[in-house]
Amino acid sequence: MSTLTKKSSARATTRSTGRSAPELIFGDLWQFDPAPETADPKLKARYELFIGGKFVEPKSGRYFDSINPANETKLAKIAQAGAADVDAAYRAAQNAYTKVWGRMPGRERAKYIYRIARLLQDRAREFAVAETLDGGKPIKESRDFDVPMAAAHFFYHAGWADKLDYVAPGRRVAPLGVVGQVIPWNFPLLMLAWKLAPALAMGNCVVIKPAETTSITALKLAEIFQDAGLPPGVVNIVTGFGDTGAAVMGHPVAAKVAFTGSTEVGKIIMRSLAGTDKKMTMELGGKAANIVFADAPLDQAVEGIVNGIFFNQGHVCCAGSRLLVQESVAAEVLAKLKNRIKVLRVGDPLDKNTDIGAINSAEQLATIKRLVAAGVKEGAAMYQPAGALPAKGYYFPPTVFSNVSMSHRIAREEIFGPVLSVLTFRTVDEAVEKANNTAYGLSAGVWTDKGSRILKMATELKAGVVWANTYNKFDPTSPFGGYKESGFGREGGRQGLLDYCQLA
Amino acid sequence: MFNEIGPVDAVGIEERVAKYGTRSIKKGAKLFGLKLATSMVDLTTLEGKDTPGKVASLCQKALNPCDDPAIPTVAAVCVYPSMVRYARRALGPDTPVRIASVATAFPSGQAPLRTRLAEVKAAVGDGADEIDMVINRGAFLAGEFQLVQDEIAAVREMCGAATLKVILEVSELETYDNIRAASFLAMRVLRPNDFIKTSTGKTSLNATLGNNQVMIEAIRDFYLNTGTPIAMKPAGGIRTAKQALQFLVAVKETLGDDWLTNARYRFGASSLLNDLLRQIEKERTGAYQAPYYFSEAAESY
Repeated sequence: MSTLTKKSSARATTRSTGRSAPELIFGDLWQFDPAPETADPKLKARYELFIGGKFVEPKSGRYFDSINPANETKLAKIAQAGAADVDAAYRAAQNAYTKVWGRMPGRERAKYIYRIARLLQDRAREFAVAETLDGGKPIKESRDFDVPMAAAHFFYHAGWADKLDYVAPGRRVAPLGVVGQVIPWNFPLLMLAWKLAPALAMGNCVVIKPAETTSITALKLAEIFQDAGLPPGVVNIVTGFGDTGAAVMGHPVAAKVAFTGSTEVGKIIMRSLAGTDKKMTMELGGKAANIVFADAPLDQAVEGIVNGIFFNQGHVCCAGSRLLVQESVAAEVLAKLKNRIKVLRVGDPLDKNTDIGAINSAEQLATIKRLVAAGVKEGAAMYQPAGALPAKGYYFPPTVFSNVSMSHRIAREEIFGPVLSVLTFRTVDEAVEKANNTAYGLSAGVWTDKGSRILKMATELKAGVVWANTYNKFDPTSPFGGYKESGFGREGGRQGLLDYCQLA
Repeated sequence: MFNEIGPVDAVGIEERVAKYGTRSIKKGAKLFGLKLATSMVDLTTLEGKDTPGKVASLCQKALNPCDDPAIPTVAAVCVYPSMVRYARRALGPDTPVRIASVATAFPSGQAPLRTRLAEVKAAVGDGADEIDMVINRGAFLAGEFQLVQDEIAAVREMCGAATLKVILEVSELETYDNIRAASFLAMRVLRPNDFIKTSTGKTSLNATLGNNQVMIEAIRDFYLNTGTPIAMKPAGGIRTAKQALQFLVAVKETLGDDWLTNARYRFGASSLLNDLLRQIEKERTGAYQAPYYFSEAAESY
């Protein structure tokens, strides 16, 4: 039809006259003024351990600093728990389990969990600011995602607490006892909610250790536990470093341990627990493939790619860090992607317009820089949009590597930062092969206009979650977890509850 | 044609535009945006009861939106063809405010082509600088894309030097896929800085951030492929300054700085203007003024 010819002839004229290719200008004509969130995070100067319903000093008397990664200033002192403190926490939990929580009817437990959810909603803005200060994520994410989603997990599991007879049809369920949990720094409050809510709904008591760089919102949530009248010892929070985590995982009272974090640490924990009768769930690393077929809605796919890898500075275990794009549209997708990331705003996480905040710690920034340098050295083409980063604090610009092949390090190792590797494929089978050619298997994305292909891919991709024409969507009702080195066990939904009970 | 330009995912588009609403525009940035939006208004009256007097007062408002001389004039007045001569009389021959006239049997477009073309010719003859035409939605939905495009080309020829704005009437096309396709159909026969426009304002659903996004992404793709810049006009349903700023954020982040000008972006609206002025005054004084401090000349009574 003539419209077709018209387009190609127009294209040809542009080329033949030798004019430079048209470009869009994303300049400073209309610059946004700073729009900082000003709610008071109500931080304390010093945070203690939360054991037996009270804030207690660590037996060693030692504290460490929590740093704001956005400007490297000190936020608060955090208690460092030793083995004796962990032991006290387990004793408090065991006591609460046998005397109160384990025998309480589910409908009574539900009241406490609902109350926690509502109190968290009441103080949502305060928690969002605290989360952003402590972890560096943009305020719009902590405000619109982390805090509401954490509350949603408490609400959802509170709803289950009096319906546990129906969680495993034909079977009876009983709590496990005391559960030890260790969570990472990428979604401090949300991971806490993911871990606590199903355990509590099922009637377990908990000893939990937040990551050392992001302990504050966990200890703020302890204030809510007190306000909600949660019986002492049901949740105990011990803060500290790896040795504290090892003590939590290895304690003899723990009937089950749950860990979210790196595959490396997960392996150490599994090795140390081999031969014990502890149950385990592990939610570990990922190197997800986000697969774009030629027939996909490309602009929306680009949006999903951006959301997949730059959400939370790429500190997401299910981040779509490997973009697999069909060769026939690879150049077009890459061009659209570059234009899109030109308008991402990197900077002060507390600014409501910030899209990419601060990297969580100096250590993580160094890891990202090391892997990016490896990508450059191995010959991949790097693109970063122009723009200055704040002088102080840990920041890294959104980065896209093209011409990446399966044997590049940046295509195999988890970077856990705002760094995307772009690979291409020609056929559906090749896409599946490449997507599954990884030690991980946490998540994957498929972008196509063809419904039948979505179903085929969902079957063939070895990943715990497959998103179709979207990415990074979470819901308390939906189980989340991995294949292979991404771990085992599920969190969320009915399946997540089953990991916190014994079946009779 | 649909295959060639690619599909649009409705859920994805709506997710994208929801992010524009979370942009926080404060202080200097807000004032800049408000003034820019004011300069982009096509002040509109399109009613059966329009009279030369109503049009004259509209023109006066267009030239002097408020008492503050620092506030720019609006971009254009938009009237029916029969009112063009009165608008020209009110504005005079040498004026920064352009005269736009809807034509081609607006809003339905259901008249023979020669009637529609004659209407365009008459409006241009009476002094219209810009012609807002409607596409043949019936033909589009019947799959007669070539006919739709040929009619647009015929109207363009009839415009002479006048700028052409092509109204897709998005609510009658219904799907984002159709909106994208109709945008391309029009753009391929338009001249640089001719417009595509969302709506007539005469149906229930008018300009939304979603269909604005689909159209500006089409403009962006077309520009990057051909080098021909097409302008954009969302019309109908934009009543508040806050909405207008969200549309401008969409332009800033999709098309970039070159489209943040009234030569490339317009708002078809009437009640929007006074809300913009009210917000500008609020930025200046820190307090909201009562609506009766702002002269009403565009509202429908």
